[in-house]
This record gives sequence, structure tokens and C-alpha cells, in this order.
Amino acid sequence: MALVVQRPKLTFWEKLYLPAVLSGLAITLKHFKNFILGKTKVTMQYPEEKWDSHLPPYYRGAPTLVKDEHGKDRCVACQLCEFICPPRAITIKPMEIPSDDRWAKVEKRPREFEIDMIRCIYCGFCEEVCPEQAIFLKKEYSITGYSREQMKHNKEKLYEMGGVVEGLVYKWNEKK
Amino acid sequence: MDFLSLALQPGSEVFLVWTSIVKTAFIIFGVVLPLVSLAVFAERKVCAFIQDRVGPNRVGLPTTLVGFKKDLRLAGIGQMIADPIKLVLKENFIPKSVNKFFYYIAPKLTMIPPILVFAVLPFGSTLCGVPMTIANVDIGILFVFAVSSLGVYGIVLAGWASNSKYPFLGGIRSSSQMISYELALGLSVIPVFLMVGTLNLQDIVLWQRDNGWLVAPFWFKDLTVDKVLHGDWAGVWAAIQSGFSLQRLLVWIPMIISFIIFLVAMFAETNRTPFDLPEAEQELVGGYHTEYSGMGFALFFLGEYAAMIAGSGVIVTLFLGGWSLPWIPDGSATSFLGLSFIPPTLAGILWGLVNITVFFAKVCALLFLFIWVRWTLPRFRYDQLMKLGWYFFFELALVNIFLVAVILAFVKA
Repeated sequence: MALVVQRPKLTFWEKLYLPAVLSGLAITLKHFKNFILGKTKVTMQYPEEKWDSHLPPYYRGAPTLVKDEHGKDRCVACQLCEFICPPRAITIKPMEIPSDDRWAKVEKRPREFEIDMIRCIYCGFCEEVCPEQAIFLKKEYSITGYSREQMKHNKEKLYEMGGVVEGLVYKWNEKK
Repeated sequence: MDFLSLALQPGSEVFLVWTSIVKTAFIIFGVVLPLVSLAVFAERKVCAFIQDRVGPNRVGLPTTLVGFKKDLRLAGIGQMIADPIKLVLKENFIPKSVNKFFYYIAPKLTMIPPILVFAVLPFGSTLCGVPMTIANVDIGILFVFAVSSLGVYGIVLAGWASNSKYPFLGGIRSSSQMISYELALGLSVIPVFLMVGTLNLQDIVLWQRDNGWLVAPFWFKDLTVDKVLHGDWAGVWAAIQSGFSLQRLLVWIPMIISFIIFLVAMFAETNRTPFDLPEAEQELVGGYHTEYSGMGFALFFLGEYAAMIAGSGVIVTLFLGGWSLPWIPDGSATSFLGLSFIPPTLAGILWGLVNITVFFAKVCALLFLFIWVRWTLPRFRYDQLMKLGWYFFFELALVNIFLVAVILAFVKA
């Protein structure tokens, strides 16, 4: 059975189209006018304006390495992060700390510490697993490069991004 | 030397030839092409503003190339140049199965007619004694209709030559749309000629300057800026009184109808929304220009926007007083706002320039209307369009002619 759709009965005024057209034009002109007068809220103009100040404290951005207040590498090259990393983005080559070093009793530190930011999935497992609180996910999220090589963050780059975090771990103090 | 003096003597044939060439070059390279790219930019900007977006706002002056720290963005006005450059640099891909000859000439056929329309449009009064219309011919508006309806050939040929279903549908739609709207377009201007009594576009503008725009009910005759500036209030009052007449008041309504029909038909003629069925990007991918790329597509683009500009020019000339503005004199005036330190020749040149500016300002205002309407109204369905053209506008235009004729015959005052 065919379904009969009742068409609405239009008055003469409505059949003219023109009133509806004009009211439509008025609506679009209102939007145009509001934009010109700067009343319209528009999308964020990304590279100039950023949402950074609204990022929550637990935001997971790029993983970085930090130094402690004495300028010592926090990382002891235990390689736990390397093992936990789901996409295997982290590569650590440990080295022994020479015996004449101030921090000789730490025994190990990374010779090379590399995070492949193409692989990194920002899961934060490395930060969670680190017994020394040496790796932190900072709020930096816009990581770009022209080649795969540039997207690999080496030790220097990671320390530069991480900076210094004081406190938290005191067990390596010389007096202890 | 003799030749030079002949060339500088207004009215001589040599003078007419070189001024015509200069005017043609000015219209094509100084007006149509920049205005087309401005219209494309304005289209993107206005559409963005209407939809509460920002629109293109990055391309400006690349000042970093010459050592500055930042590029000047200028609200994205560089997009005007960047868009054509992109289109020129793209590959002009030709599909294997097309009819090459027609595929080649179709974009050119779309682009040339709108530019030809400018040949008869009066875009100013006079400048240094040179009339600001390239060809001041008596068939005026007939030439406009004859040439502008040729534009459909480009679209139809592109549709057929592309050997692809969507362009084909676009071509068919375009041809049937043209047929149904050309009639209303042609008939709706007949009241204008009943009023004015000539087809010459420059004369129509002159008539409107003296007797008022055709969409305005009455006009203050002989009211000039000078009279107002010098406090000649008796003269002003006489002008206001002379402007009223019952005939103009009665003929106002059919003139408005005529104007609306012509405007709507012009939207259909230039394939703009709500009548952009040949393109209909949501239904037909891109309509007749689906298979075109690079410069071929650019020419269609240019043709469409040039048709918009030419159409606006025709509307302005016929209904909105062309280059005339109320109480603004033309290029033959000898004083500029009554300022005594401006010599008469310079005053003439200044008023001539003012007239040209007024014409293109009106054209730009209409272009804004075209863009504004495009981003407001949805597209008509194919059968609705046919119905509107054949059942409504055609009859309305016919009745309108009789209405104007009757008013002009019986109401003389």
C-alpha cells in the first residue's frame, strides 16, 4: 500500500518564497555582522594560540629525563622502562660510572638513552615503572621533525627537555 | 607630428581606435581579472564569516623571504594571488576517452562571453572627453543577451566532450535551465525599454541619472551637490517637487517585480546557488567541470565569476542607475564640489573617476549579494527550477509588460 504523505498547505504568502528567502538572508547577515564586529567565537588559531595553559597536571606529553638538584642524572640505567615500553620506543645503553666519580656508588648510568618519538604512544608506563623517578611525561606534545632520525630523542635532548626535578629520591646522597 | 595631433584630437578615428584599445585592456586586465580573483577571495571569506569561521587568513606578503622575522598576513589577502598560481601550476590532465577538440575549446567558450559583455557596458561617464564605454552601440542590451547566452555552449560542450556521466548530466541540466530562464530574463527587461525608449545602455544610464533609478519611485530632478552646499534651498525644494509624479509611483511596483525577476534569472544565468544545478557538487561531483583540472578548470572558474561580474554590471546598468549616483555630476562638470582651486578640466577628470568608482562599487555590492545568497539558500530541485521558470517567472514577466504599458499609456502625469 502506498504511503500518502500529506503536503503542508501553504498560504499565498508562503508560496511566494520571497519572505522565507529574506528571513534566511537576514539570519546569514546577522552572522556576518557579528563576525565583522568580533562577537563571534571562532576556533583557536592553532600555532599562534595554544591550549597549553589548560592542560591538566596529569597530561601525558613527551617523555623526558630529569636531573636532580645536584645535577646528577636521575637515571641509573636499570632498563625497566625499556622492558615495559609497549611499542619498544626506548633504547638504553648503560655504562659503569668510574670509581673516581662523585656518584660512583650509583654504579650505573645510561651511556645512550634514546626514545623514538615515532614509536612512542605516550602511555606513561615508563614514568610509572621508573624506581628512580627519573623519567617524566612533560606537557610537550608538538614533536616534529623532517626525518626519522630527527624524531629520535637522544640523551642530551631528553635532559634538555626534562630539566631539573628536586627532591623525591634521597637515597644517593653522599652521606647516606 | 600630424598623426600625433590627429591621435590626440577627440572624435577622430585614430583617437577612437587607441582609446578603445586602452579601454579594452583596462577592462580585462585592470578590472575583470583582479575582480574575479577578488570575488573568489571574497566568496571564501564571506562564506566563512556567515558560517562563523575565520576563512583563509594566512597568505599575505612573504616578508620572511627578504629577512623579516614574520610574514605579513594582511587577513589572508594574498590568497587572491595564491589561488590563481596554484591553478596555473597544476597539471592540465586530459582523460583518455574525451573528445579532445571540444574538451579543449569548452573552457574558452565559457570564459569569453562574459568578458565580451563588458564591451557594451558603460562603466563611467566620460574621462578627458572619452566616453567610458568600449562600444556605444544602439543594440546594447540585445548584444548582452546574445553574447551571454553563448556561455551555455561551453558548459554543454564540456558536459558532452568529457565522456563521463556526471559532466553529461551537468551539461543537460545547464541547457534546459538556460532555456527556461532566458525567456524570463529577456521579457523582464522590456518594461525598462518601455520606460526609457532606447536599447542603448549609455542612454539608459543617462535617462536614469536625469529621471531616477528604475527601482526608485521618484527622483529629485536637477538636485545637485552644489545647490545643497551653497544653501540654494528654493532650488532644492523645486527639485524635490519636480521629482514627484503619479506615473512613477504607479510604475514602481512593476519595476520592482521586473528587477526581482531579472535578478533571479541572472542568478540562474550565471549558475549560482540556488540555481547551480549544472555544478551541484553534492549530486554531480562537480557537474560539467568534473573531468577538468589545472588551467581548464581555472578557465571555467574564471568564466563563472566573470559572468557574475558582467551580470552584476548589467543589473546595475539597467536598474540601479549605472555609474550615476544621485546628484553627482558626470565628467563634463566644471567644478568639483564648488572648490574654486580645482581647475575645470581637473574637475571633469575627478568626476569621471568618481563615476567609474561608483559603477564598480555598485558592482561589488551586487557581487556581495550573489555570494551572500549562495551561502544562505539551498539548491532548488530540478523540477522546482523548471516550474519556477516556466509557470511563474515567464507569466509574471509577460503580465508585467502589459502592466507597465497600461500605466504608461493612461497615466501621463
